[in-house]
This record gives sequence, C-alpha cells and structure tokens, in this order.
Amino acid sequence: MNGAVQQKKHRRSRVIPGFGLTMGVTVSMLSVLILIPLCSILGKAFTLTPAEFFAVITKANVLKAFGTSILCSFIAAAVNVVFGLMLAWVLVRYSFPGRRILDGLIELPFAMPTAVAGITLSRMYSDQGFMGKFLLNFGIQGSYTRVGLTIALVFVGIPFVVRAVQPVLEGLDEQYEEAAEMLGASRIRTFFRVILPELTPALLAGFGLALARGIGEYGSVIYISGNSEKNGTQVVSYVIMQKLNAGNVDYEGAAAIALVLLVISFALLFIINLIQARAARRLG
Amino acid sequence: MLRITRKIIPVLLAALLLAALTACGGSGDSDVITITNVSYDPTRELYEAYNELFTAWYLEETGQEVEVIQSHGGSGSQARSVIEGADADVVTLALAHDITLIEQAGLIESGWIDELPENSSPYTSTIVLLVRAGNEKNIQDWDDLLADGVEIITPDPKSSGGACWNFLAAWYYAGQLYDGDEELQKEFMTALYSNVIVMDSGARGATTTFVENGQGDVLIAWENEALQTVSEYPGEYEIITPSVSILAEPSVAVVDENAADNGTAQVAYDYLEYLYSDEAQRLAGEYGYRPSDQDILAEYADTFDLTVTLCSIDDFGGWDQAYEDFFNDGAIFDEIYEAIE
Amino acid sequence: MNKNKPTARQGGAGKYILIAVSVLFVLVMLIFPLGAVIGNSLKNGLAYYVSAISTKYVASAMRVTLIATVIAVLVNTFFGLMAAWLLTKFRFRGQGVLATAIDIPFSISPVIAGLAYIMTFGRSGWATPAVEWLNDLFGTDISLVFSVPGVVLATIFVTFPFVSRELIPVLNANGRDEEEAAALMGAGGWRIFRKITLPQIKWALLYGVILCTARALGEFGAVYAVSKTRGKTFTLPLEIDALYMSGTADSITAAFAVSSLLVVMAVILLVLRAVVEHIAGKNGKKEAQ
Repeated sequence: MNGAVQQKKHRRSRVIPGFGLTMGVTVSMLSVLILIPLCSILGKAFTLTPAEFFAVITKANVLKAFGTSILCSFIAAAVNVVFGLMLAWVLVRYSFPGRRILDGLIELPFAMPTAVAGITLSRMYSDQGFMGKFLLNFGIQGSYTRVGLTIALVFVGIPFVVRAVQPVLEGLDEQYEEAAEMLGASRIRTFFRVILPELTPALLAGFGLALARGIGEYGSVIYISGNSEKNGTQVVSYVIMQKLNAGNVDYEGAAAIALVLLVISFALLFIINLIQARAARRLG
Repeated sequence: MLRITRKIIPVLLAALLLAALTACGGSGDSDVITITNVSYDPTRELYEAYNELFTAWYLEETGQEVEVIQSHGGSGSQARSVIEGADADVVTLALAHDITLIEQAGLIESGWIDELPENSSPYTSTIVLLVRAGNEKNIQDWDDLLADGVEIITPDPKSSGGACWNFLAAWYYAGQLYDGDEELQKEFMTALYSNVIVMDSGARGATTTFVENGQGDVLIAWENEALQTVSEYPGEYEIITPSVSILAEPSVAVVDENAADNGTAQVAYDYLEYLYSDEAQRLAGEYGYRPSDQDILAEYADTFDLTVTLCSIDDFGGWDQAYEDFFNDGAIFDEIYEAIE
Repeated sequence: MNKNKPTARQGGAGKYILIAVSVLFVLVMLIFPLGAVIGNSLKNGLAYYVSAISTKYVASAMRVTLIATVIAVLVNTFFGLMAAWLLTKFRFRGQGVLATAIDIPFSISPVIAGLAYIMTFGRSGWATPAVEWLNDLFGTDISLVFSVPGVVLATIFVTFPFVSRELIPVLNANGRDEEEAAALMGAGGWRIFRKITLPQIKWALLYGVILCTARALGEFGAVYAVSKTRGKTFTLPLEIDALYMSGTADSITAAFAVSSLLVVMAVILLVLRAVVEHIAGKNGKKEAQ
C-alpha cells in the first residue's frame, strides 16, 4: 500500500542486495496467484462484443445493483469515518478501564466469518430480533431493507478506518495542539484547524478501503438484504452469483459485471495509494 | 534466550508444515469405496438417511464398505460445479434439464433418462402453499395470493430452480383461469409478484426467511419442505394444497465419465437403483417426497393430497423451451417483474 | 506501532461523552453480534452444543480449515517479506502499480476471486491443460478446484496482502540507511535481513501473521465457489452455511454452535494480537531509553 511512499532521494545505485530475487519472487507469485486468474475474467468478458458488453452492464437491474452497492457502501463508509475517527481518538488519547479490550475488538469483523456475521445480523435486525424490534419503535425496518444492508456494511468496514487513523494520531506531535490552545483557540477549533487536516489522508484512505470492500461484499449482506430488485436491495455480487446460478449459466455476463467491479476497486485502491504517497511526501 | 527462540521458530514451522501435509494425505483408506453424490438443497435430510440405509444394505449384500460424500446447493449451480470439474459420481438434481447440461458437457452418456425406471425419477414432489396457523389471510388457492396485504415469500427464479417451479405452477393456474389469454396471465403474475416481499436466492433461504425470521404470510414451497416444517413446528403452520400445481420430477444419473475414472461405476449405479427399493421408497415418503412406486405412494395417502391436478413440464414444452419463454433475460419473467410498480 | 500509553492530557466532560459514545457503538455493532452467536449456540443446552461440534463433518471441516490456514499463512508470510523488501529497499519504475496490484485481494469481491479460479482452473478453464500436463509429468492427480488444494489457493488469494501491508509501513519508517551501510561493509543479503531488518519488523510480522490467520480462518465467499463436498473439502464457514441451510431449528442452533468455535478462535487471536502489541510497545520503550 505504501510502496510508493519513498523519500525523494536522488537515484543511487542499488547497494542493498536482493533486488533480482525479491523482484522475481514477488512478480511471479503475484502473477500466478492473483493476476493470471483475474485475467481469465478479463478474457471471458472480452469474448463479448463491445455492444453486448455494454448491453449487459447497462441493464436496469445491473445498474440498480451498482447504485445500491455504491450508495450503501458510501453511507456505511461515511458512518465508519465518523465513528472510526472517534474510536481511534478515544483509544489513542484517553486511558480508561477496558480500553485494551475495546482496542482488541476492533478487528472482530475481519476475523468473524462473513457468513456468520450475515446470518447473525439478519436475525438480530429482523422484526423478531431484539435490535429489529428496537428499530421498529422508530418505524424503521432492519433486515431485508437498505437499512439492514448498510448496517452489515458498517460492521464489515469498522476496522478499516480505525486502523488507518490510529497510527497517524499516535504519531501526531501534540506541541501544535498545545501551542494552538495556548494561543487561545478553543478545543473544537483546535481539532478542526490543526488535527483534522493532519488526519485527512488517513481518513480518506480508510474511507476508500471500507468503500471498496463494501462494494464487493457478499457473505455478510446476502442474508440480510433480501435481494429484492424491487426494493433496491440487490447488490452487485448477488447479481453476479445470479448469472452463475441461473438455469442457463451466463459466464460472459458474470465476467462483464465482475470486470466493472474490478476496475472500480482497482481505481479506488490506486487513488488511496496516491493520497497516502502524497501525504507521506508532505510529512517527510 | 533469544538464540533459542530463533532456533525454535524454523523447527516449529517445519512441524506445522509436516502436520499439514500428513493431514492432507491422511484420508486414504483403501478398503472403502467413496462415491460423491451431488444433489440440490432440499434433499439434505433425505440423503443423510438414505446413505445410511444404502451403506448398511450394500455391506450386507456385497461385503463392500461404501462411504457417500454429499454435496448440496442450488440445483443449477450444482450442475455447473460438476461441469466445471467437481468430482461427482452420481447427480441427483431438481430437474432433468440440469442433468442434460452435464450431458452436453460430455460427462454423462445420452440416454441416461431411460437408464432407470420412471424417467430416472425415483421420487416426485409438487408445489404447495405454506401459511401460519389460523390462516389469517384465508388463503385457499393461487388467486387468494393476489389480495391486498398478502405478503408472499418465494425465491428468485433467476437464481433458483425451485422458484421456477413455483412460477410455472401459478402460471398454469392463471392459464386455466383465463383460458390461455397470455396478457391476462401476465397481469395475474404481475399482481402476484407485487405481493412478494422477500425474494431469496434459493428455496432453503426462503424457508428460513419465512420460518426462522418470521417474514410474510405465505411461503410458496416444495411439498417436502412444507411437510418438514409442519412436523418440525407442530401446530404453527398449515399446508394449503392449491387446486392445480405442477409435478416436479427430480432426476438422478450416474456421471459416467467421473465414475469410470474413479472406478466406481458399479457402486454408483447400485446406489441409484436402490432408490427404487421398497425401503428407500418408504424413506422418501417419510421425508415428504412422493414415492414413484404407486403402491407405496398409496400408503402415504394421508400425507399427500393425491387429488390435486398436476401439470408437468411437458405442458410448457420441456425445460429448454420453458427457460426460453419465461426465465432467460428479457423473457416473460423479466417483463412481469418490470411491470411491477 | 507504539499505541501504548495514552497521553495524559485529558479533556473534561467531552472525554466521557466520547468514550461513552464509542463504547456504545462497539457494544451495538460488535459485542451484540458476538453475544448473539454465543447465545444462539447455547439455546439447546450444553449437551446439544457438545454433540453439535463433535460430528465427523465438523472434524473434517476443522482439518481442512487448519490446513488451508497454515499453508496460506506460510505462503503469504514468505511473499510478504519478499514484497516488503522489494518495495521499501529499492526504487524502480512501476512501483506504485505493483504496490496497488498486491493490494487487489484486499478490496476485491470474494465472489470474483472464486469466479476467477473457476474460469482459470475449472474443467473448461484455459489453464487446465497445463495443470494436466504437470500432473502427467509428476504422476500426480491434483485438481485445483473443488478440492483441498483449491480451497488452499482461494484462501491464499483473499489473504495475500495481509502480511506485506503490515511490514511496508514499518520498513518505510525505518528507512534503508542501516541496510545500505551494512551492504557497503560487505554483508550478504540474508545476513542483513537477519541482523538488521528482522529485528525491526518482528512485531509487525507477527501482527500480520495473526491478522492473516484470523482472516484465513473465516473466509467464506471465495472458498464457497471452489468447495462443494461436505465432509471432504468443506471448511468451517462452509459447514456453518450447510447447517444453517438445513433449515430446521436444531440445525440452525448447531450452525451457531460451530460459529462459536470460529468466533472463539478469532477472539483468542485478537487477544494474542493485543498481547503482541503490548510487548512490542514495551520493547519499543526500552530501546528508546
């Protein structure tokens, strides 16, 4: 991720050994395990003519699924930015009983199997489940709506923002804040004028990763979303699976949609890398 | 201290690797023949029980120990996995169409459908309506599903074979109601599908949504699933058999290519043939499938409503035609679905 | 990674509000689901719980899960070290693209991962003749989909960047002056790595390994595409799905019981991670003094 983060030094000859070896191993493993399989999707998608390709990815239900995935992931990632920042702040700046436990729990969504998370959440937020009943008091239906879908995506995305912000916050020199405060700036003003700008690249990176993960998510959302095209709760991964499970399997269609999804995640990752590289350069 | 740790780590890694490798090769017991049965979702419990019945019988009959590995999932995706290389010795799928796809990939010899009795369908099933006890919305037949405020659960025909049966059964009813006027049939189906509140990706998911998560008033379900739910939760659900429904004939076949490779052709054939034995037919009856043996079916007259009029897939010109007419992209189902407000 | 002592500067009421809101958020979003899994798994009593997790299917799934996890972690650790060395010790053209490519599995849909493997190594996949040729050459009969090797590959795919992601920032922060000095003094690559680099990254490495393990244990979507047989190639998450899909109240409780196994493993790993960080922090401070 931070590969591009390099101090800008003049090019010097490579004195450290191992360039050839590590380059060889990295590129070949990457190719065999990741890139070559992904190229199959590319190949399959390109067996369609451009017109067919375009027709597949602009079908109403496909566009709607992309809309749902992107919108819900965006909201979920935004929620995670707010709470992730707050969590990171609390974990770094304050000491209180149970802080370490709180810290340890952050990665739970990484470790909990997505299917388990999905099943559990769909029960909790259905109108029989206790969270679902709670939401119903406010007239909100949890499971089988976009609300439920977004909740599942918030769950999945929590670690991304917290873990992106935490190290930066730790490395932040508190002298600036102290100085700002001594100059009479209020705490809130200090936060928005001094701290937040420093954290912005990390926040954006966390946001981008949570967004990318959310757009492609499958296991944790299929149980809770209800997969209804009418209610706009079909996500992109579901539409891909639909093409593969249908009585007449449509590999090309599945590959075409998968390709669009791939391009989106690659673009998001690339932007995140750029943001971080620029931030590192500015700090360095 | 540090030096010791440094020495221990590679040893530990090597030990782990070794453990993993031995675990990999640890399953080679040469006396037991293993066959893999790739089936569809609702048959889990049936085959769990049948495998015990079969292996005991086979051991007694031939002295050969057999282990059966099961695989379940949506019928279409199961067929796809066999085509893509899953090592199935036999397939027991929801529709003949799915087995035909495997045949087209060259893995099953043509003519498989005549290989075993009754079009290679050892048991059949049909589609019924499952409602909550008391039947609050007073659902008696397909047209009651169209009433305002009725909430229906049925899976997505675009990704579930079972859902296609549901669709076709309702379509057939509408066809009789409107004397084959296709526009009216479409309107009927549009009204029906606008009452669908959750469309799961498979029949099993739909059952879970209806039963476990308490959604909806009525589940359009396989008869065997409905029977299972009723016996699982006594007094909580009722089965409504509609005036017409569809005869589902799940088919079975040996995957010749794989069985030949694995040297299991004989066992695989025996496995399927034994499905037609009296014991196995009764077992199917116990698990809510209609035995193809008419005498044994009669024994279960209390369980199954044998008076219902059943259409069959032939009324739709076979599966290939049905897919083309109804379920392919842009066909009737898409048209109906898009008409929903 | 020095997230040890929080700074002493404390706010007033604001502090408690922030802590309260954070704890509430974690409670609702993380602890409730965790509790729900445990609660549901014990619904039929302890005896049922024990019988649910001691079936032969669970045993087999546990074995496959462990095999896949161990191999994936070893492979990804090796790769992570190589990639981190390459990306932090040298500058070359295309570095940004390479770094991004390595991260692809991190954000990719698991559905795509499964689809990609099927299209490459499935019966109709274009790489299948090559695999068969290799099999003939070595007299083996290894299939890369719908088999344990397929499960291993899919697991490697989804956890691919986990170790390198942890190493790269640490190595970047440390710069490469020490390694360059050592190289100029004539030390070999392996020696430099062992004496200089490894001590710098050992905690990050361990941290990455733990995260990678946690993720590998729980992978569902990608493995689902290449593993179809229960009791043979199923991993624990797939076994859970199978039990859940059996649809009876009992089998759903059993599904949660097996889930609780995985969740307990995950929690143990997360505790381990906290311990690692704690020790790393202490060491860091000692070195600083």
